[in-house]
Amino acid sequence: MNEKKKNKKKNRVIMRSVILFLMIAAIGYTLYNNATAEDVSVLKVGDEAPDFKLVDLEGESHQLSDYKGQGVFLNFWGTWCKPCAKEMPAMDRQFDVFKDQGVQVLAVNIAQSEFEVQSFADQYDLSFPVVIDKTKSVMTAYNIIPLPTTVLVNPEGEIERIITGEMTEQDIEGFMEEIKPE
Amino acid sequence: MTLAEMSSNFLYAAFIAYLIATFVFGGAVKGNKAGTYNSESRWGKTAFIITIIGFLANLAYFFTRWGATGHAPLSNMFEFTTAFGMTLVGGFLVLYSLYKTPVLGMIVLPVALLIIAFASMFPSEVSPLIPALQSNWLAIHVSTVVIAEGILAISAAAGLVYLLKVVDLTKKSKQRFWLEAIMYSLVLVLGFVIASTYFTATGYEANFSYVDKEGLEAEIEYKMPPVFGMNEYTALSEGTMTPIAEMPAVINASKLTTVTWSLIVGTILYWVIRLIARRRISAILKPFVKNVNLNLMDEIGYRAVIIGFPVFSLGALVFAMIWAQIAWSRFWGWDPKEVWALITWLFYAAYLHLRLGKGWQGEKSAWLGVIGFTIILFNLVAVNLIIAGLHSYA
Amino acid sequence: MDKMQCQCGHVNPPGTILCESCGRSLTEKEQNSKLVDMRYEGTARRSQTYNKSIIDKVWNFFSSVKVGVGIIVAILVAAAIGTILPQEEYVQVAVRNEDTIKAYYSDVYGEIGRIYHFLGFHDLYSSFWFIILVGMLAISLIIASLDRFVPLYRSLKNQRVLRHESFMNKQRIYGKGYAQEDVLAKSETKLKELKYNVTRDKNGLLAEKGRFSRWGPYVNHIGLIIFLFGVMLRMVPGFYVDETLWIREGETRAIPEVPEYALESKSFELETYSGEEKDGAFSEAVDRVGSVAKNYQTDVILYKKPEDSLPGATEDMEIVEEYPIRVNQPLKFDGYAVYQMDFKLDELKAMTFALTNKETEESLGELTIDLINPEKLYELENGATVELKGYYPDFSGFENGEPQTATPLPNNPGFLVEMTTPETPKGETSFILIQNTIEPFGENQFKLEFQGVETRDVSGLTIRKDNTLPILGLGGLIFMIGVAQGMYFNHRRFWIQQKANGEIILAGHTNKNWFALKKDLDQVSAYASLPAYSDQQEEIEKQLKKEGEEAL
Repeated sequence: MNEKKKNKKKNRVIMRSVILFLMIAAIGYTLYNNATAEDVSVLKVGDEAPDFKLVDLEGESHQLSDYKGQGVFLNFWGTWCKPCAKEMPAMDRQFDVFKDQGVQVLAVNIAQSEFEVQSFADQYDLSFPVVIDKTKSVMTAYNIIPLPTTVLVNPEGEIERIITGEMTEQDIEGFMEEIKPE
Repeated sequence: MTLAEMSSNFLYAAFIAYLIATFVFGGAVKGNKAGTYNSESRWGKTAFIITIIGFLANLAYFFTRWGATGHAPLSNMFEFTTAFGMTLVGGFLVLYSLYKTPVLGMIVLPVALLIIAFASMFPSEVSPLIPALQSNWLAIHVSTVVIAEGILAISAAAGLVYLLKVVDLTKKSKQRFWLEAIMYSLVLVLGFVIASTYFTATGYEANFSYVDKEGLEAEIEYKMPPVFGMNEYTALSEGTMTPIAEMPAVINASKLTTVTWSLIVGTILYWVIRLIARRRISAILKPFVKNVNLNLMDEIGYRAVIIGFPVFSLGALVFAMIWAQIAWSRFWGWDPKEVWALITWLFYAAYLHLRLGKGWQGEKSAWLGVIGFTIILFNLVAVNLIIAGLHSYA
Repeated sequence: MDKMQCQCGHVNPPGTILCESCGRSLTEKEQNSKLVDMRYEGTARRSQTYNKSIIDKVWNFFSSVKVGVGIIVAILVAAAIGTILPQEEYVQVAVRNEDTIKAYYSDVYGEIGRIYHFLGFHDLYSSFWFIILVGMLAISLIIASLDRFVPLYRSLKNQRVLRHESFMNKQRIYGKGYAQEDVLAKSETKLKELKYNVTRDKNGLLAEKGRFSRWGPYVNHIGLIIFLFGVMLRMVPGFYVDETLWIREGETRAIPEVPEYALESKSFELETYSGEEKDGAFSEAVDRVGSVAKNYQTDVILYKKPEDSLPGATEDMEIVEEYPIRVNQPLKFDGYAVYQMDFKLDELKAMTFALTNKETEESLGELTIDLINPEKLYELENGATVELKGYYPDFSGFENGEPQTATPLPNNPGFLVEMTTPETPKGETSFILIQNTIEPFGENQFKLEFQGVETRDVSGLTIRKDNTLPILGLGGLIFMIGVAQGMYFNHRRFWIQQKANGEIILAGHTNKNWFALKKDLDQVSAYASLPAYSDQQEEIEKQLKKEGEEAL
């Protein structure tokens, strides 16, 4: 009888502890989700870079997966964005240095007209491919909010680094070094 | 006669019928010495029939207006508030047919009259629906809510009768004070009606330009002599009263002026009544509730909540969420009206738990019933007129 | 606390008020009261009985109705405070960030606004303490229900027909007296006719109806828990999508969060009530208010991309459907819904100019520049051309002699053009702005004269997916079933016993609506000639009233 009573009591405490624990865990989890709700970004460093296919000013298609084995320097930009314009010449110079070492630069313009993009490319005499994301689908897939944003994709096709804001020439050099194939 | 005109005539008819029925119920109360449900007098029967006639006219108003506007007449302050008056009477009819208590009619009908009169102070012309309201859910959601509120309000009426009987008016007490405060606020509503009617009848108008809280120029029309001026106002009409004080931009001085006039007129009226009768309004009513069966009143109050609560949950939360999901893409957005519907619901949930779990019956329950009605009124009046939100249609 | 043994021999769990078996009062307080406390059938609330470890104490805390009501009232008050000033999401600021919102509250509402923001009331409903309050309510719902449901269920399941007389005579409805021999049989017949379940045991009878209404509160609590669970799931990534898409007439856009679909806006339409003809009934209202919106509508084409399509690729998109999105009529596809939420009217789309000789005012022809997709060269009659050298959709000034654009939107377009005519074969350069022309290389012979604009509207659409809706719906449904079950049905019981001396005692109880219970009993009495009964609560009150009057 006493044994039974003791067991019952033990069961009761375990039962209650489990229920309380579950409830408190649920509340904690909700609080955590609530606190982090705003900075949930779709992509993180280490994720596989979403594949995409865009057409450049010459009418040539570029598919990210075609560059597997090379590092891809993915720069999202617009003509109205001053820091974007500032880093373009430096990117172009560094592309010249690194293009033979297996680093590709793709400049993704956000849904502007061909005229504007072409004038810009002519003005800065850009030698890397400039593609236009007409439906903003690549921008959406990469969850790009501020411009410029640069996504470094390593030769394995994974995201190595995400940089928001302007880069200096040294930065660019270092980043290209980072994604250069061995 | 157009449908819209017919509709307003029906509303007048209903109003008059309710007015007559109030007095006949008063007579029935005087006659009902035993105070039980099976001693319905001839007066009571007559009053009941007059109320039914009034209610039918009220329904006729509702459906003819529906015909005239092409949508359920529940889309602005006038329509919703009028419907609330109607469902209040409807709720009373249901509970009267169960319990045969004329004293309830004597309380409910004047309140319904006040509500309908209050409603008539708002623009009552037939108005079209904005896109957000163009949905069958308007009829489904709002009518369920207004029916629920009508039923829940009966609980306050029963509570008031209960309190009138049990609160000792000969001794100073908190209860005596608050009971009289309820009476006073009812008189204030009448004050608002009188003030509005008077200034509308005399065609008072004063225009001002002012700077709103976003810092933009705006214009406003006062329908009552401006006691308070808007932020950085300039008068646009001549020969009108100069405001006594200027208000900051967050306060709508025009509405504050309306409130002030209602307070002035209402307070004068209250003291006139008190001085003539030489006692409190609650004391004037006290003799009428002498024979009231307290148990029965308690049960009516409780039943009203029990019948009304599920209807309210369905209309103000479930249907509301379904429609909000369709119209605004989210079922819940913490809009003030939504929040106050939730508050009302939580309040009645607390009422039920206190009653069932803690045995709060009788007087406590009666007070809660009255407070519940205050919350409903707050949601109806203050949330629409003072707190801006998606539901501010009027 | 020890187990409590009743005089009848039954052993009750500690904390019991009325013996589970015979109904005798077990506590002193109960023994002295005139009516028994029938809440939860006088069973012990489980948690009351143990109060040892911390777990038990926490459990007991949440099990109490007082605490439950306290949490409800706390949520109620907090929710009300949140409506005093507008919540952050409804505040209109030009640039939205923490500082501007903070500044808004103190600028517009002064000191009160500052304090309101400081206390975190501007975002009250997602503040951690509000979520904790709701979470506590959920805990209370579960624990309080468990603690009450289990003993109540047991007690109602094991009801005995024969109760002790002290249980019977402390019921609100009670009667005692002599009646005919066949009274039990006749009562049974009538009660069965009234849809009661009747159980007989020796010389006693128990009639019961609507017991399931007692489970109503627990059912509706289950519904609420499911609902709250759904709300919790919404915050889990992937369950819930809420995106905004601004789309201009003529544009095709990828749908945020829905990579396999794209949306094209054909046109946006804003209609207002005219107050005439069909809506003539509303003329008075339209006159008073000025303008009332009748319809906001975006006509869209929904495209689906091929299975293996990549972001960026626009080939082979398949038209799924064309649909007019209106308020209250969202476009639905594949678990997603697209809502008409907002709009901007009249963004510039194209501008038309005439190439004009300044002196003779003779026009060499017109050209229209598409501001969204301008061309490089425009050829006019007589071999005149206009070449676009630069395009700045939102011109914001010069920097180092370079024209700048602030945004990619054509809010204030600027064009750098070279005009070539047979008269001016070398070409003339001009920089054209709205209502302003700059001629950087000296006076020109020709100018581009503004002729007109075309505009387009922008639709603000919301893309929504909410996988929790079925869960929320289920919770709501169960809740509604629970409240209806608990509130629209009543649990009524009668106990009738014939004592050895032939005396009949009867008692009745209901959880609510005594009025209807009495009506039922009146019918049975009329048929089976039961002894008269009284409502003891009314008796008590009459007594009190009499005492009160005598005291005066």
